[in-house]
Amino acid sequence: MKAKFASVPYLLWMVIFTIVPMLLILLFAFTSPEGGFTIANISAVGRYTDVIMKSIWLAAIATAICLLLSYPFAYIISRRSARRQQVSLMLIMLPMWMSFLLRTFAWMTLLEKTGLINRILGVFGIGPFEMINTPGAVVLGMVYNYLPFMILPLHSVMMKIEDSIIEAAQDLGASPMRVFFRVVLPLSFPGVSSGITMVFVPAVSTFIISRMLGGGSNLLIGDLIDMQFLGNAYNPHLGSAISLVLMVIILLCMSIMNQFDDDVDMEGAIL
Amino acid sequence: MNDVLIDIKNLVVEFDGERILNGLNLQIRDKEFVTFLGPSGCGKTTTLRSIGGFIEPQEGDIFFDGKRINDLPPYKRAVNTVFQRYALFPHLNVYENVAFGLKVKKLPEREVKNRVGEMLEMVGLRGFERRGVSQLSGGQQQRVAIARALVNYPRVLLLDEPLGALDLKLRKEMQTELKRYQQQMEITFIYVTHDQEEALTMSDRVVVMKDGEIQQIGTPQDIYNEPINAFVADFIGESNIIDGIMQHDYLVEFAGAKFECVDKGFGEMQRVDVVVRPEDIKVVPSGEGKLTGVVESVLFKGVHYEIMVDAHGYHWKIHSTLPQEVGSFIGMTVRPEDIQIMHRMQEDQR
Repeated sequence: MKAKFASVPYLLWMVIFTIVPMLLILLFAFTSPEGGFTIANISAVGRYTDVIMKSIWLAAIATAICLLLSYPFAYIISRRSARRQQVSLMLIMLPMWMSFLLRTFAWMTLLEKTGLINRILGVFGIGPFEMINTPGAVVLGMVYNYLPFMILPLHSVMMKIEDSIIEAAQDLGASPMRVFFRVVLPLSFPGVSSGITMVFVPAVSTFIISRMLGGGSNLLIGDLIDMQFLGNAYNPHLGSAISLVLMVIILLCMSIMNQFDDDVDMEGAIL
Repeated sequence: MNDVLIDIKNLVVEFDGERILNGLNLQIRDKEFVTFLGPSGCGKTTTLRSIGGFIEPQEGDIFFDGKRINDLPPYKRAVNTVFQRYALFPHLNVYENVAFGLKVKKLPEREVKNRVGEMLEMVGLRGFERRGVSQLSGGQQQRVAIARALVNYPRVLLLDEPLGALDLKLRKEMQTELKRYQQQMEITFIYVTHDQEEALTMSDRVVVMKDGEIQQIGTPQDIYNEPINAFVADFIGESNIIDGIMQHDYLVEFAGAKFECVDKGFGEMQRVDVVVRPEDIKVVPSGEGKLTGVVESVLFKGVHYEIMVDAHGYHWKIHSTLPQEVGSFIGMTVRPEDIQIMHRMQEDQR
């Protein structure tokens, strides 16, 4: 009884700030400014297919890069002593203590045509390069900002893989490669899937990174939604419809992810 | 000897500058059950892990079947290990755990199936194939760990305190089981424990270790009846260890009396350690024995009573099937062959 009582504040929070807004989005998405039911908003989203595809594509690339960078790193630190692990994790979290805007703004000044990188290269007579306002800059911003969200879940599952389990695999004749593919990878899979979720979801819906580093030509879904609510194109009905579509896309991606998760388990059984 | 399977020569292992093994020499024969016995920190597990390939020694060599294996990684060694806390693969079920080693070696599916079945049969886990390992009891997990190692038909099975986490009754059962597996499979078992009773029950030979050095190697009977020094005597079973002086061959003085004994070869008037097992002290009416003392306490231990006797400041522990009254005076005698004389250990060795 007591435990139930303690959950009331959170339930209230959920209802007021999650469930009600979701219902409002649903309501707005399926109504016209005049108030009648319509699917015109949803079908209008089709006009922005290229933006949606680009968002998914850039977020997917950023997620893949995060995974490739984080996996070996997380594994290496998970094998170190508890103290060293703490220090390493601290260093990863350190940039997160700074404002997200400030960090992204810092990249702007680095990548600008007259920015630090181009100026240094200029000393050697190279460049200047077109770095800012490119899709690459957007991906860089995503990777830079969301990397810790990949490392942390990976590290937390890898930390739980005991040394003795790896030794047992070696003892049973598994080479380092086999140990990795048959023991470490399957055991770290929950971390991989939650890391992908935690990077992909904010990356696919970001609008600050694309606006600051992508310029006008690299519009993403987040920018589109932002414009419908706060920009010149003010149309909350269309904005809600795009948000709804984005939510469905994310849900789809996640269910594909989970499917893959199950497949790996199955594979483990077959192997 | 020709049937030496593992030959360890002058093995030295150091961690962070601390010497764990101090020039260990040991030969292990084919098909024998050897136990490394000693208190924690004596280097028994380190020795085992060196044989398994998980520790690289700083000095010395390990020969396996005549070949030096110092640089051989664990996955290329013909030994398998039962780890202290089982280390089962949590993402695999019982069958897959046991089959792991065979599948890594790419054996045909049929043979894998047969051998896994045979092993699960042997350890009494038929029908548990599809169970997740986390659903098993400690005893069952332990059996899976044993089956997972033995299914590879290793030449040597290394067991690192495998029964430590089990309760007493299960531990006794598993001791008998392990011995049976070893005889059935006809392979060498190297067993690490700090439990002297376990060592005496199962082993063909016991290696008693302390501070990275071997104290004594011998059959359980040798180790128990003829401990080489006071440490071994104290560690294996219970003992009364008293300071004594060897008067001359076959006569030793301790606790204020002179006793005939069967030992010789110590110098005259040499200070020695005298060891008497509690069960070797006979209680006689007061005044009849060489020693007289007052009963301090009596504890019922099941098979026997443990009687503590104070004899002129020396405290004797006696195991007797008859109880005595606390506070009463009793006499004690010891037969000459039950008195063990050993060289004094250096104080820092104690």
